[in-house]
Parts: sequence; C-alpha cells; structure tokens
Amino acid sequence: MVAYWIFALVSLLMVLAALVAVTNRNLVRATMGLVLVLFGNAVLFVLLEAYFLAVAQVIIYIGAIAILIVFAIMLTRHVGDAWGPAFHRAWAWAVVVAGGLAVGLLFWIAHWPAADGKAKSPVDPQYTKLLGKALVAPDGYVIPFEVASALLLAALIGAIYVAWGGRRVKGPYPQRSEEKEA
Amino acid sequence: MGAFLRDPSVLVEALRTLFLGWGLSPGLTTLLLYVLGGLVLATGPMLWVIFLIWFERKAVARFQDRLGPNRVGKFGLLQPFADVLKLLTKEDIIPAGVDPILYWAAPILSVAGVLLLWPAVPLGLGIGGNINVGVLYLIAAGTVGTFAIFLAGWSSNNKYALLGAMRTVAQLVSYEVPMVLILLIPVLLARSMNMQDIVRAQDVWFIVYVPLAALIFLIVSIAEIGRTPFDLLEAESEIIAGFHTEYSGMKFAMFFAGEFLHAFTIGILTAVFFLGGWRGPGAETYPVLGILYLWLKGFLVYFVVVWMRATHPRIRIDHLLNFSWKFLTPLALVLLVVAALLDKVVVDLGTWPRALAHLVSHGVVLAVTLQIVRAWARRLPRPVVSEPRPVARPQPQPQPTGTGD
Repeated sequence: MVAYWIFALVSLLMVLAALVAVTNRNLVRATMGLVLVLFGNAVLFVLLEAYFLAVAQVIIYIGAIAILIVFAIMLTRHVGDAWGPAFHRAWAWAVVVAGGLAVGLLFWIAHWPAADGKAKSPVDPQYTKLLGKALVAPDGYVIPFEVASALLLAALIGAIYVAWGGRRVKGPYPQRSEEKEA
Repeated sequence: MGAFLRDPSVLVEALRTLFLGWGLSPGLTTLLLYVLGGLVLATGPMLWVIFLIWFERKAVARFQDRLGPNRVGKFGLLQPFADVLKLLTKEDIIPAGVDPILYWAAPILSVAGVLLLWPAVPLGLGIGGNINVGVLYLIAAGTVGTFAIFLAGWSSNNKYALLGAMRTVAQLVSYEVPMVLILLIPVLLARSMNMQDIVRAQDVWFIVYVPLAALIFLIVSIAEIGRTPFDLLEAESEIIAGFHTEYSGMKFAMFFAGEFLHAFTIGILTAVFFLGGWRGPGAETYPVLGILYLWLKGFLVYFVVVWMRATHPRIRIDHLLNFSWKFLTPLALVLLVVAALLDKVVVDLGTWPRALAHLVSHGVVLAVTLQIVRAWARRLPRPVVSEPRPVARPQPQPQPTGTGD
C-alpha cells in the first residue's frame, strides 16, 4: 500500500518536472527538470526492486548526461539566459504526434496480457551477476560490448583531434606554446 | 542490554512490537521504522559535525602555532554552539537577481548529497548499509553534490560564483574517473560491490594489499570534497568565495556543515575500503563495538585530511586537471589491470601470500612510475618568467637603435 502511494507521489512529481523540462525557457531550469524526471525514474526502479538499474540510471543519466548538458550550457555564451519563445512554431503538430503516441501506448498497455494489475514477483536476486556475466560471456553480448567500447574510444580520439584543430602538438607539455601566445 | 550489544536488531524488533501494539498496520510500521532509521542516520552525523568544526579549528590552529577557540567553555568546546546560534539568528540576505528556486535548493542538496552517502556505509556486523550495489550507489550519490555546487554558483547571479561553479564541474568530473577506477580494486579483491562484504573480506586490511590505491583514493576523495590543496571551487584569493559567495547565514552554514561532514565521510569510506571498516578485536561478538572502531579509523583519516589542509598551498587549475588526467588516471588504470591479472594467479595462495604478492606488485609499479615521472620532468622546459637581465650597471651610452631593453 505504501509503495502505491510512493509510486503515485513520484509519478506526479515526474510529470510536473517533465512539464518544467519542456516548457521552461531557461535552459538551466529545464535541465534541472530533466534531472528530476531521471531521478524519479531511479526511484521507480527501486520500487521494482531493480537496484542495479536504479543506480545505473543515476550514474549514467544524471552523473554523465545531465552533467554533459550542463557543460554544454556553460561553454555556450548566453544560452543560460532565458530568451526566445518557449515553443517551436510547429507545436500543434508536436501535440498531435505526442498525443497520438500517448493514446497508442495506453491502448497497448491496457490490452497487454501481463498488465493484470499485479506485478510479477521480483526477478532473480542474482540478476546483477547474471547481467554482468552476460555482458562479458562469449556466447552472450561480449562482441557488442567491446564494439561499443571501441566506438567510444574512436569518438574520444576524434573529439581530441577536433578540439586541437588538427594541428600537431610537439613536446610533453603543449600548454607552453599557448602561454607564450597569451 | 547484553542482548542489544550482541545483536542491535533487537531494538528494531522491540520498536516494531511497540508500534504494532499501538494498532498500526504492518506496512505503516515498516515505513515508520524506515523513516526513524533515516532520521537517526541523518541526525547523528549532522550533530557530529558540531564537534568536527571545533576539532578542525583547534587542530589547524595547532599546526599554525595558535591556540584556536579557547574562550567559550572548557577548551573552547562550546564555541561551535555559539557559532550555530549566531548563524541561525543572522539576517537571511537574498541578493537581487538570484534564481528563486535553485538558490534555495542548492544548500539543501549540498547537505543531502553528503547524507546520501551514509546509508551505504556498513557501521558494524549487521548494522548499517547492506546494499548489493553499494559501491555504485556511492558514485551515484556523489553526483548530487556536484549539482548542488553547480546550482549554487549558477543561481547566485554573480560571475565569481559562476566561475567557481565552472571549476567545480571540471574538477569533480575529472576526479570522478580515477576514483571509480580505484574503487574497482577493493571490489575486485573482495569479489563484491556490497560494502559489508568488502569489510568482511579484509582479514588483512586492503591497505596492506594495495597501499598505492589507498593513497590515490584519499587524494581523489580530497579533490572530490574540494578541500585544500584542491579548494579551487572557493579560492578566496581569486574568486572571493567561489560558489557560495552570495550565501550568508544559515544557507552558508549548510554548505559549511556539508563540507565538514563530507571530509569526515571520506575518512569513513577510506576506513571501510582500505582499513578494515568496523573490524577489530571483539567486533564480531559485539557489533556495537564495530561502530566505535569504524569511527576511530575514520577519524584518523579525517585527521590526515585536516593535516593536509593545514600544511599545503592550493594548486593551480591546469596543474589540478593535468594531475588527474595525466597522472592519477593512467596510474589507476595500470594498478587496476595489475591487480586484476595478479589476483587471478594468487587468489588461492592464502591470505598473507596473496597480500604480499599485491604489495610487491605495488612496489614495482611505484618504482616504474617514479622513473617515468623523473624522465618526464627532465624533459620539461625550465620555467622562465622572462629573459635574465644583467645586474644594473652604468651604461656607457644609450643605444639609439637595437633590440636591447
């Protein structure tokens, strides 16, 4: 019973925060709305006793992606100030698409055989271990896992190349040349 | 009383029977017990901060050959209470142009970010944190603090505060990388992310296995809490007070308390990961004794943190970031790989041979690292502020043209 109340409260908070995230003209506040939504998501995972997913949700979405958004806001001049209209001019179409999607999802969930109002008993308590083993098992997901790592490494090197402007850097201490210029 | 010392959960059971006797439903009773436990866990450390503030002022004063607070109460012990009263009754100044919600939320989040670390900490055998993804939880909870400081800086409508916030995000995100890598080493040695299991695995303290990892963890933790020598977030000589420039009264006090508690918390965490946590003579029979041991070990590390604060100057921002990315992160990666490969070989040898093997590997890594750092330092151009000028001497005649000074 208590879990239902927590679910209702958190869901309500998430909807409000989502509204802030999409309607607020101030990018920092919108980001904070997004962070609140993601945090609520983690709470929902905890209610489902999926602790690993909850913690991974916070680390990846709040610790990495939201921080990245904050970085982008801080590195871009005046984006932190509120300016311009909050809504795109095609907002009516967006409402139609979003509304259609919501109705479709609700319809689908209502007719889903598993949705009889009772949650299944919690998954295997060892599921974190199973998940970890599946990620590195040769007959599991080891190839996608490693390919994703290689892709991220390539992106990292590419980002460094772009940030340096393609120029060659000699010596162990590249800051020196900039200090001389300044 | 004896039963409580042997198994503290009898207290919880007694409370549960009491609440059920009042006619509350079982679900509500469980919720109430959780809330009570949370309150105790949040209030205890916050009260402890009052003592920490006194201790730190006294210790730093001693390092600087002063007496520290010594007027209010015996040894100045009541000074923090006077300070708290002063801060509570101060006028709450809200500068013009601040963001109304985020400006208020930041100090609360700052304290919450520290208190959120505590549920994962195993306080004794069967007491405190028993989360199966405990270490990951710690990292996740750490992000709240980053946001608190960023929000404080951004919402204050002050460019120095914003500068502090920018430094914060750069610093905390940079130092999170070596921290996560280093935390993997105790996890690897204990074969578990549950901090209770990590403590239980330390028949020999992990600092004997992996002393370098313990040292890096301490350094990185100090950077994460933004204390001297890593206190660039609030560098007084450059950006006034950094992110909390515009905060006064109780809101400032919350940042302050949060920082002190965070310093003690990393002491506790270092103790849990590397100093055997609650382990000690008799701690298995009397779990309550484990809390005392953990507290003492944590306090010892906290003293080291205070010591560093009192004796080190602040480092420069580019040195700070280079130190993390070019030194700590590669070293942590090497240590992690070495520990993983070595442990696979020596895991069956028994406790002491295993510990010695890890210790020797750390000795080798340390020697190689020192050689590399020395070679690198020799290649560095010697920093020269300007061309060396000759000592003043009488000039025979002024040069009409030329490049002389």
